Amino acid sequence: MIDNVKTLNQQVEALKQEGFAATKVLVSMGTCGIAAGATPILEELKKNIAENQLENAVEIVETGCVGQCYAEPSIEICNTESNSSITYSNVKERDVSMIVSHLADVAAGLGTAEKTWYYPEIEKNDDNKIQARIVLRNSGRIDPEKLEDYLKNDGYQALAKVLTEMTSEDVVKEITESGLRGRGGGGFPTGMKWSFAASQPAGQKYMICNADEGDPGAFMDRAVLEGDPHSVLEAMAIGGYAIGADTGIIYIRAEYPLAIKRLKIAIKQAEDKGLLGKNIFESGFDFKIELKYGAGAFVCGEETALIHSIEGKRGEPTFKPPFPAVSGLWGKPTIVNNVETYANIPAIIRAGAKWFRSIGTEKSPGTKVFALAGKIKNVGLVEVPMGTSLRDIIYNLGGGIRDGKEFKAVQTGGPSGGCLKSDRLETGIDYESLVAIGSMMGSGGMIVMDEDDCMVNIAKFFLDFTLDESCGKCTPCRIGNTRMHEMLELICEGKATMDTITKLKNLAAAIKDTALCGLGQTSPNPVLSTLANFEDEYKAHILDKTCLAGVCTKLITYTINDKCVGCTLCARNCPVSCIAGERKELHVIDQKECIKCGVCYQACKFHAIDRT
Amino acid sequence: MSCCDCKAKKNDLITEFPEKTKQLTAFIDALEIGIDRDKNRGFLIESLHEAQSLFGYLPRAIQQFVADKLKLHLSEVYGVISFYSYFTDTPVGKYKINICTGTACFVRGADSILQEFKRLLVLEEGETSVDEKFSLGGLRCVGACSLAPVVMVNEKVYGKVTTKMVAEIISECH
Repeated sequence: MIDNVKTLNQQVEALKQEGFAATKVLVSMGTCGIAAGATPILEELKKNIAENQLENAVEIVETGCVGQCYAEPSIEICNTESNSSITYSNVKERDVSMIVSHLADVAAGLGTAEKTWYYPEIEKNDDNKIQARIVLRNSGRIDPEKLEDYLKNDGYQALAKVLTEMTSEDVVKEITESGLRGRGGGGFPTGMKWSFAASQPAGQKYMICNADEGDPGAFMDRAVLEGDPHSVLEAMAIGGYAIGADTGIIYIRAEYPLAIKRLKIAIKQAEDKGLLGKNIFESGFDFKIELKYGAGAFVCGEETALIHSIEGKRGEPTFKPPFPAVSGLWGKPTIVNNVETYANIPAIIRAGAKWFRSIGTEKSPGTKVFALAGKIKNVGLVEVPMGTSLRDIIYNLGGGIRDGKEFKAVQTGGPSGGCLKSDRLETGIDYESLVAIGSMMGSGGMIVMDEDDCMVNIAKFFLDFTLDESCGKCTPCRIGNTRMHEMLELICEGKATMDTITKLKNLAAAIKDTALCGLGQTSPNPVLSTLANFEDEYKAHILDKTCLAGVCTKLITYTINDKCVGCTLCARNCPVSCIAGERKELHVIDQKECIKCGVCYQACKFHAIDRT
Repeated sequence: MSCCDCKAKKNDLITEFPEKTKQLTAFIDALEIGIDRDKNRGFLIESLHEAQSLFGYLPRAIQQFVADKLKLHLSEVYGVISFYSYFTDTPVGKYKINICTGTACFVRGADSILQEFKRLLVLEEGETSVDEKFSLGGLRCVGACSLAPVVMVNEKVYGKVTTKMVAEIISECH
C-alpha cells in the first residue's frame, strides 16, 4: 500500500536502488507491433537470451507503441551505463540470434541510433530535435503492465503534489494558466471547462475520459492507453480533485481490446496500492474509475452523445446549453476530456504552467501528437510542439513521399478537416492557423496523398464516412449530406454540370450553419476544402469527363498501344481474363469485360498500356 | 407460416443453448439492477456486449431476454442495437472478413481489395454467404496504418494486401 507521500517516495527510492540490468531490450508490443508479428519475435528473443544464459544480464521490457510504426516489429537495445542504444527495425525471427549477439557491443558503448525526439520535461533540446515528447513520454519506454515502471518515471508524483500541497482552486488555476486546450479536436481551454464544473454546488460530479477514438487514421489515444495507461488514471484523479468528483469513467471503443486489457490491469494495480479508492494519500479524497465500452459510433466522440451512450441510450447529441459541465451524466456536472488532453496533465502539474507555456505557440501551448499515414515513407506517430511546419512533419519526420511520387495534398482533421495543397506546407500548425487555411486540428490524423489520389474521390470517401456515421437526428446532416454525396457521385461518373458545383457549395454552407452538432457542422469541410484547393480536378471530371489521377473507374479506359511486345504478363495478371493475344503479338483488352482494376497498367513493364 | 415458425425456432438461441443463457443470466444478475429503469439502462450496452460475445449475434429472442432482465422495453433494446455498428441481429459467418475502411487504407487501395473480395465471394458488403462460412464487411480503422491496406479475418491481421493476395486469403479459410 502507498498510504502517503512518504511511502510513495520510499517505494520509488527502493525501486531505484534495486539491482537492475544495465542492458535493456525493449520490444514494442502495441497493436501495430503485434499485427506486424512482434509476438513470435519476443518468444524467439526470450529463447535466445535463455540459451545464451543472459537472463540476469539483460532485462526484456515489453513496451507499448514507440510511434515508429513503419519500423515494426522493432527491437531496441539500450544501455543505461554507457547511455548508448541501437534500434533494429522490421525484425524477422531469423534476425533475433544476430541481435542477441550484439548485446555486448551496446553494453560496451558501441552502436547508437539517432532519435528524432527529446523529452522537454527532463532534458534540453541541445540538437534542435523536431519532436518533443510530453504525451508520449513513457510510450515505448516502460512496461505498461508494471506500475513500478511508471512510479520510477515520476508516476503519481503529480497526484501526490495536488492532494497534499494544492487546493482544488489551485489546480484549476494551474491548468487554466498553462493554456492547455482540448486535444480531441475542438481546442476548448481545459482549465476553463474544469472551472465551470468546479463552480457547481458540491454533490455528485463525474470525470469522463473520451477514449472512443473514431477518426479513421488516428491512433494516438490508443498508443497512450496501450503504452502508458497510468498517466491517464493519474490525470483523471487530479481532475476529479479539481472539480470535486469522486467517480471517473473511461468510455473506450470495444475495438481496442489490448488497450482495454492494459487499462484493467492498471486500474487494479492502482486500487491495490491505494492510488485509487478511498482516502488517497491520506487526504480524505476518494476517487474510483470505471470502464464503459463504446459499440462503434463515431458521433459518440461528441460529448453529449457520449454521455447518452454511457446512459445506455442511442448515442445522439443534444443541444448545448446546458453544457455537460453543468448538467451531464445522469443530470450531474460532468467533464469530458480526451485521452491526449489527460496525458498532458501530470506533466503540467509536475513542471508547472510556465514550463508548459514555453513550448508551442502563444495561443496553443504544448505539443500535439499526429498520426502520419497514407503515401508517406515513415508511417507512425509524431509529437511536435505546436507551431511546427507541415513541411517539417511530412518531409523531415515522415521522410517524404513513398516511391518517388509527387506530393499532392495533406489531409488533417479527419472527416471534419480539409485537404491542403503544397503551398500550405510552410504553415506552422496550431488550432487557429489550420482553421484559417480551411482545415482543422481534429484529433490529429494526418493523411498524405500523392499524384495517384483523386481529390473528388477523397471528398466522396469522407462523405461516405459521415453518411454512415450520421446519427440521423437532424435533417441537415441526415438528408443534406446524402444529397451532397449524390452530387459527388454524379461528378465521379462524369454526369454532372458546372451547376452541380454551385449547388454543392450552397448546400455545404447550409449544412454548416444549421446542423445540430460538431459532426454535422464540419461534415462539408472535406468537400469545401477540395473545391477551394483542387477546383481544376472537379472541372476535369465535369467538363473533360476525365479523372486525372485515374481513379474514377467510370471515366477511365485501359487500352494497349503498339509498344506491346506480347510478353503476356498483363493477360496472366488480369483477374477477369479479359486480355487476349498470342505470345509476341499485340494484346487487346475486351472493354466489355474489363473491370478497370488497373492491374495490367501496374504490371506492364513496357509502358504499353494507356489509361485515358 | 411454417417458414416463419422455423425461423423463429432457429433464432431461439435462449432455449437452444442453456449453458450460454446461464452465463448471460449470471452476468446480468451480477450488475446492480434495480427498479430505476434509467439506471438499469446504463447496463444495457455492456449486457449486449456480453450477449453478442456468447451467442455471436443478437436475434429477437435474445433482445427480449435482455429487455426483460433489465426491465426495459424491447423497442429500447432494438433501438440501441440498430444504432451501434458493433451489434448485429443477423448471424455472421465462420470467417468474418473485414476490410479496414480507414483513410490510410483507402488511399492505399482498400477499395480495390474490397471489390476483389466481392467478386470472388459473390457477396456484397455486410452480407453472409448462404453456407454461413463467410461474412464480408468493413471495419473502422484498426490503427495498423503502416500495414495499409489491412484485412482482418476474425482476429488475424493481413497487412499490405494486394488484389493478388485476396484469393490466397480466401483459400486459407478452411
